[in-house]
Amino acid sequence: MTTTLRVNPIACSGHGLCAELLPELISLDEWGYPLIADGPVPVRLAREARRAVTDCPALALRLAPQPEHGRAGAARRVP
Amino acid sequence: MNTVPMSRASVTGRATPAPPGPARPARPAGPAGPAGGGRLPRVLPPPPSVDRAAGLNEHLDRHGPVPYRGARHALIGDVRASGLTGRGGAAFPVYRKLEAAAAARPGRAVVVGNAAEGEPASHKDEALLTLAPDLVLDGLQLAAEAVGGGRVILYVRRDILARSRIDIKIPERRRRGVDQARVEVIPAPGRFLAGEESALASLITGGAAVPRYTPPRVFERGVDGRPTLVQNAETLAHLALIARYGPAWFRELGTLEEPGTMLCTLRQADGSVTVAEAAIRTRLDELLDLRNASAVLVGGYHGAWIEAGQAAGLTLSNAALRPLGAFTGAGVLAALPAGRCGLAETARVARYLALESAGQCGPCRSGLPSIAAAMGELAGPRPDPRVLADLGRWAGLVEGRGACHHPDGTVRFLRSALRVFAGEIGEHERGRCVAPGAPGFLPVPAGPRAEQDWS
Amino acid sequence: MGVTSSTALWYASRATGVVSLVLLSAVVIIGILVNRQGRLPGLPRFAVLGLHRNLSLLAVAFVAVHVLAAVADSYVSISLAAAVIPFVSAYEPFWLGLGAVSLDLMAALIATSLLRRHIGRRTWRAVHWLAYASWPVAVVHSVGSSTDLRHGGVPLDLTIACIAAVVAALAWRVARAGAAVPRARRVRELMTPGGRPPGPAQPYPLAGAGER
Repeated sequence: MTTTLRVNPIACSGHGLCAELLPELISLDEWGYPLIADGPVPVRLAREARRAVTDCPALALRLAPQPEHGRAGAARRVP
Repeated sequence: MNTVPMSRASVTGRATPAPPGPARPARPAGPAGPAGGGRLPRVLPPPPSVDRAAGLNEHLDRHGPVPYRGARHALIGDVRASGLTGRGGAAFPVYRKLEAAAAARPGRAVVVGNAAEGEPASHKDEALLTLAPDLVLDGLQLAAEAVGGGRVILYVRRDILARSRIDIKIPERRRRGVDQARVEVIPAPGRFLAGEESALASLITGGAAVPRYTPPRVFERGVDGRPTLVQNAETLAHLALIARYGPAWFRELGTLEEPGTMLCTLRQADGSVTVAEAAIRTRLDELLDLRNASAVLVGGYHGAWIEAGQAAGLTLSNAALRPLGAFTGAGVLAALPAGRCGLAETARVARYLALESAGQCGPCRSGLPSIAAAMGELAGPRPDPRVLADLGRWAGLVEGRGACHHPDGTVRFLRSALRVFAGEIGEHERGRCVAPGAPGFLPVPAGPRAEQDWS
Repeated sequence: MGVTSSTALWYASRATGVVSLVLLSAVVIIGILVNRQGRLPGLPRFAVLGLHRNLSLLAVAFVAVHVLAAVADSYVSISLAAAVIPFVSAYEPFWLGLGAVSLDLMAALIATSLLRRHIGRRTWRAVHWLAYASWPVAVVHSVGSSTDLRHGGVPLDLTIACIAAVVAALAWRVARAGAAVPRARRVRELMTPGGRPPGPAQPYPLAGAGER
């Protein structure tokens, strides 16, 4: 089972701990908000990913059980 | 004091040839409604009574009684066969939304008719509520029956409610047994995002009309945590007709993939605005007078610009529009007069969109104002050469990083402007503009007055 | 005459009580820093959070010793139950009861924080706000149940310093939050510096479009 990292953009207030803890997958944009790499979390980073989720002061990070469909990048309309 | 904007509602559109196939189904006896599927108008009332609503008796004479099916789910098959998609902008298949809500326990689902009309350039929902309110209310009742809804709500933008007085019609329908379910009317603020489904659910639940993080989507957990069906007012009007005349009737206009008709708000180059009902795949140059136009805005402020010359060869259909990065959306078609600066118009709208951000998500809250400021720079003489690179970078940074699609739609609108008005950018860089200092053409409401404007 | 074991326990309880208060005050201050995204020189953000967490565990350890020493000490009768159930102690029921209240709140804070990934954002935040109750209750417990505080000296100085520091941190937090510009104005302000304003927003000629 693969997991992906997702951020709740409403809860996120740009603390930036996640980027410090998981620089392989998370960087910060010019406003301090996380840019998360697409795709599943590599197994070797699973522990760091869990730590990032636990340590986020806003509890804005989540490990979702399946890969996300198409949220990143292209604009998408929803019902 | 405010006149009904749709005193000039007109009916246009040519019926597309009916697809070959079985003979047209016999018209149901009794109601003097649309005599055949190939005729317009459908949801709008027929001329000459185009500036006031028909009374309830007139409505029932024309269309017959509300065709309740007497059971949950029963209508959904017809909706599926009709191919009806949402008319609120996203064009999602209606039957799938109905099925999702109908999966809940009877009485658990909340059914909401959405007449928030957050798009400033659109007037179709107001036109419908003013001219054909009973059709919308019929659709609301039918949808509620189909999903076994326990709470039925009409969510109307405050000023539309005040002008249409649709709340007065509801008790009469209830008294006469036309309505099976009680309808609550909930006023919505005049904000761009007020009609977004999670914002709608948030306000009805008692909070502010700002989007919420999804998942879960509102059809799983919406108002008060209950499965919530949200349908645009126009969608409900079409639903009310499909229930009476059948899916084959609905399909007699439009295309196979995009059947039916839709309401369009037509903003002509001379400044006149009308709401028209047109069959899908009607030619754009039959709806808009493009002779004096340089570009067309299709879909609304989350839509896209198209060059007038290109638009003349296009039809009102997603099949034709998607390759150009546009879509029918909420049916806004605005012709930019030849003597106006598309960059200036885009900048005004971009500023409005930035102010309309709910401000909950960092990238949108920070990025949209930067984008709007950069567009403002581009709309002026000799913009800083870094502006285009900044715009590109910021557009890429805000896309997909909000809880809702406000940043995405803004970026789509913006990118289309940079494409279509590339020539004008060059002119501005040389210090020239086709219409320097011209007043605004597209409607942009004044900004929010206070934080409380979200409720 | 020497120091009896009872006296040693009593001193241990009082000493660890003072240290606990200092540690708890530090935890609150660093917690405020974390919340307002403040930094400590030379420390990455995750280290500031780590400091907050580790100090809180250290504080719990000292509180545990403080409680156990007081219970074990036979000079006054304090049952173990009185340490966690407020106001049931035979000795100084009110002041000790406050200590029990503070301890209970701390237990809730620690438990929810250990489980924060699993209990959801809203629940965790709601419980964590109790920190603003736990600390002042601990302070009042200290002042009320400690005879030597009233005699001055280092314990009193430390207590006053802790209170001053936490109050200062709170004031800083309130000031920072108050300086946050309301959303609409913030958006507008972000757009005006330097940039040319786009054309005047003109209400569309169509009736009703302006007043929304």
